[in-house]
Amino acid sequence: MTLTEFLDQVHLLRDHAAQHIDAVSTLEDWTTLRNRIVGRKSGRLSELLAILPTLPADDRRTAGAALNAVKLAIEEQLEQRRALLAKAAATAKSLDLTMPGRDPWCGAVHPVTLVIDEIVAIFREIGFTIALGPEAESDWYNFGALNFPPNHPAMDLHDTLYLEGGSLLRTHTSPVQVRTMQQYRPPIRVLAPGRVYRRDFFDATHAPAFEQIEGLAIDEGISFSDLKATLSYFARRFYGGATRTRFGPSFFPFTEPSAQMDVEVDLGDGRGKRWIEIMGTGLVHPAVIEAAGLDSERWSGWAFGMGPGRIAMSRYGLPDIRLLYDSDVRFLAQFAVC
Amino acid sequence: MLISFDWLHAFVPHGETPESLRDLMSAHVATVDGMEQLRADLRPIIIARVLSAVRHPDSDHLWVTKVDDGSGTQLDVVCGAQNVVEGALYPFARVGTIMPTGNKGGILIERRRIRGALSNGMLCSARELGLGEDHDGIMALDLDAQPGTPLLEAMQIGDVRYDVDVLPNRPDLLNHLGMAREIAAITGTSLRLPEELGGEPEPTRLAAGAREASSAGVTVRIEDAAGCPRYMGVVIRGVGVGPSPAWLARRVESVGMRSISNIVDITNYMMHGFGQPMHAFDLAALANRQIVVRCARRGERMTTLDGVDRTFAGHETIITDGQRPIAIAGVMGGLDSEVKPDTQDIFLEVAYFDPGRTRAARRSSGVISDASYRFERGIDPEGSPRALAIAAQLLCAVAGGRVDGVPIDVGAPPSRSAQVTLRPARLSRLLGEAVEAGEIARRLESIGFAVSAGRNDALVVSVPSWRHDVSRDVDLVEEVARLRGYDALSDELKPFRPGTVPDHPFYEIARRLRDSLVGRGLAEVRPLPFVRGEDATHVRVQNPIAENEPHLRTSVLETLAHRAAHNLTRMQGDVRIFEIGSVFSRGDLGSGGRPREEVRVGALIMGARRPPHFTESKVPAFDAWDARALGEGVARVACPGTAIVSIPGHGDVLWRLVSDSGESLGTIERIALDRPAWASEAFGVEISLGRISNAPVAPPGSHAPHEPDPQPRAGHVRFTPLPTTPAAEFDLALVVPDRLMAEQVESAIRRSAGDLLERLVLFDEYRGRELPAGHRSIAWRLTFRDPVRTLRDKEIEGRRQKILRTLEGELGVRARSV
Repeated sequence: MTLTEFLDQVHLLRDHAAQHIDAVSTLEDWTTLRNRIVGRKSGRLSELLAILPTLPADDRRTAGAALNAVKLAIEEQLEQRRALLAKAAATAKSLDLTMPGRDPWCGAVHPVTLVIDEIVAIFREIGFTIALGPEAESDWYNFGALNFPPNHPAMDLHDTLYLEGGSLLRTHTSPVQVRTMQQYRPPIRVLAPGRVYRRDFFDATHAPAFEQIEGLAIDEGISFSDLKATLSYFARRFYGGATRTRFGPSFFPFTEPSAQMDVEVDLGDGRGKRWIEIMGTGLVHPAVIEAAGLDSERWSGWAFGMGPGRIAMSRYGLPDIRLLYDSDVRFLAQFAVC
Repeated sequence: MLISFDWLHAFVPHGETPESLRDLMSAHVATVDGMEQLRADLRPIIIARVLSAVRHPDSDHLWVTKVDDGSGTQLDVVCGAQNVVEGALYPFARVGTIMPTGNKGGILIERRRIRGALSNGMLCSARELGLGEDHDGIMALDLDAQPGTPLLEAMQIGDVRYDVDVLPNRPDLLNHLGMAREIAAITGTSLRLPEELGGEPEPTRLAAGAREASSAGVTVRIEDAAGCPRYMGVVIRGVGVGPSPAWLARRVESVGMRSISNIVDITNYMMHGFGQPMHAFDLAALANRQIVVRCARRGERMTTLDGVDRTFAGHETIITDGQRPIAIAGVMGGLDSEVKPDTQDIFLEVAYFDPGRTRAARRSSGVISDASYRFERGIDPEGSPRALAIAAQLLCAVAGGRVDGVPIDVGAPPSRSAQVTLRPARLSRLLGEAVEAGEIARRLESIGFAVSAGRNDALVVSVPSWRHDVSRDVDLVEEVARLRGYDALSDELKPFRPGTVPDHPFYEIARRLRDSLVGRGLAEVRPLPFVRGEDATHVRVQNPIAENEPHLRTSVLETLAHRAAHNLTRMQGDVRIFEIGSVFSRGDLGSGGRPREEVRVGALIMGARRPPHFTESKVPAFDAWDARALGEGVARVACPGTAIVSIPGHGDVLWRLVSDSGESLGTIERIALDRPAWASEAFGVEISLGRISNAPVAPPGSHAPHEPDPQPRAGHVRFTPLPTTPAAEFDLALVVPDRLMAEQVESAIRRSAGDLLERLVLFDEYRGRELPAGHRSIAWRLTFRDPVRTLRDKEIEGRRQKILRTLEGELGVRARSV
């Protein structure tokens, strides 16, 4: 072996050793590595040391010095690494890793909002935008424009909270239909979530204010079949792919024909699959289209209204509607999102 | 509305089972909310076979039988019936059975000795099971069944009652005839008159008059034609008031009414069977043998059937005998003139009362009766003559009376010449499926519409008198659609055009606010917005739900504070809640206008700043600085594109949030709560998203498209190049007299630091004895950076000196000596 070859071997050892020392991560691995490099019997350094006497005498001094320098450097590196690993091992022992992490407070979305958001997301995918309207409405928007005949028993279904000055707290989100149709040219595809009011006592199953979601689609040639198709699609998305729907007759002054949609679902209450009514719907009554100043021969459409609060109650197994209003933090925390 | 399966079947002999009929009604007519087997109490009764019967050794009328009840053991049963036959099947009540409705209803069958012989159960008679009055012996069953089979499974016993949700547009469904008409159409069966009526009565001559008519010594006069367009009546003499025959009692009971007497039951039978409310007066109680229909006088009084003394408001239509009121028209009869056990002659009222007037009278009197419910919704105005004839025939047959004279008919039914033109093409377009004119006509005719051909392929449809809900072509579209079945229509999704309506700006902002606040650890709430306020500042609900909360809230925090207090009563002190909702102020109410409605976000924080953790023995509570950061953070999300300034406020208002243009956006407040010692202070934030207008978009009947107001939006972020030079930092700890606000010092620092000041952070406040009295120490960290070169130490020191000179010169503030 020439001096040059020997020095190459020494430098190679230096470079490899540095790489391996950096990579070692436990004290055990460190010991194995040290033996492989500086071990007396099988260490790479000992091998080179053994070659040293075979070199020409003139070169031995230079070669010996180089090897020694590398040996010192490696030993230094090994020691540094050992100290680091020993310290880490000691620190690790002082952490009781069974103790809890440090949580921030968790916020929560109201369960009714969870339901609304899910409904809204499905309809947004099929082209619906969001319309909002006032809760303090006029008699005309709440009743007259929606084809309620004055003094009709149908209004008994909507026992109304009247405000001073003749306005009222809207009894449904349907006034938003009329406001939207007055303000925008068809085609219209909107969803109107919002709070509505009825003169009901506040007990386990009734609340004087609750949320409703209105849907409205107006265009040329919209038919009852479109209504069925869209709402059945919604039901399958909301309740699961194979959910069956059925439509039966109903009555709302502002739709004709009027219908209710039932879905066949298992609410998880142990009663198994059964039909439940989830929304009222129908073709928008021509009188409503005309009340908004549109031509009811040219434009037709459908609308629906549903109650996300009722859905939330059955979905989350709430026994009392007042839980949704009481704002008890222990109730709200059950809907935490982190 | 309660509907009896048997009664329906008497009108229309369909072949449906109770279940399939329920489904048909729900799919085509009206939702059936419930279905009740009326003799469910018979469930424990089984069928048993008598194997042998021998005379009881110690009795001349008792039998000792061996009975096979399917259990495998032969039971000894003592029986008192003389008609017991060996080998025959009988209803049997085992030991332990509680007897169903009948003359032994509620009795527990026990093992007992009867004159020394053991009896294990009871063989039942029809009477004991409530299945008839036959008490000649036990009920022999002529059927083929295994002993042990429940009686209800082996034979159709007892009626089934449906609870049908009849909506206000279909008063014609509030009786069995109306519902039967629909069933007949759907099942393709013909209507008939129930057999119990003994055939259709002959139409009779009537004593008719526009305002007044007389017959059989009774005169009827209408003075209030608006309230009572038509009044018919008939005198029936010689009736015997008594219990109803079984079939009549059963009909009345099948719709949940009590059988009272043959006369009253017949009026109820007619109302539930044919939809015509009737009232029977005791003729002897009519002072002048007169019926005068007139408007009540204010303050006039009468005692109604329910024993309540009532005073009239003056607008009610009432029936009088020419002297005093004897009934509130269409609502309830009077106590004095009701049929009594000794009544012999009656006057039967069969009238048409105006729906609106009945509704008003019902409301002011507070009485809801089955009659008012029907008059309010509108009965069949043409149905009265036939109903009167059937009722008279029944009264004579059941109560043994005879009709005196001819029936009286005063006034005229309100005329409705409802004819509707229907174009099959439009119907097909609206349903999304082609329907032939022939099918349309057939469907409509099946429920009483008359259809003839009009011009241009249109159909001219005459509406039957009982249908007040049909006035436009779409009403007929519904009839055709539901009779075919909504479920038969296609539900294939078709392409759609996108709408023209943009999202309401509040929707997107509310969504972001919710995300932000939930991320900050707050929970969304949706409480009721009713409060106790002041009439001068709040909008009052005219008919509030609770008198102690008659106003609408003017702020969200008003509600959140109540909710926080509610949590404190439940020992919950860590409350972090928010709401996005409407608040109401008086707006133009004072000048006859509308209240003003605004959408706001409110947030309330109270309690520990973080959940407990072992690294921190006591978690600090939220304080004003948390509230300030929360408020400013929420304001940035709520008011995109607006620079927000917090201005120190007064009292409980810690800061007012104001836009750079001076517009008030909201407040950050200390919330005054009545809190227990363990609870910490509450802080609130309330910020307005803007007004939601309740002004009309356009006048009724008109369309006024206009562009929405442009909404301020946050612009896109513009990138700032990352620094390439090192920053230089130093701290300034200053001794500040208490009269100076931190902000004054800070703006002096900014002014004197020059434009290389990159960041200025107030990081410490200190008060202590080593400071002069009336002073505190405040410390800032200043970061300087030149974008292109490294700042030299000398330059930095020069700036520090300049800042200190300015502070001393302008404010008298010095660096704190270390």
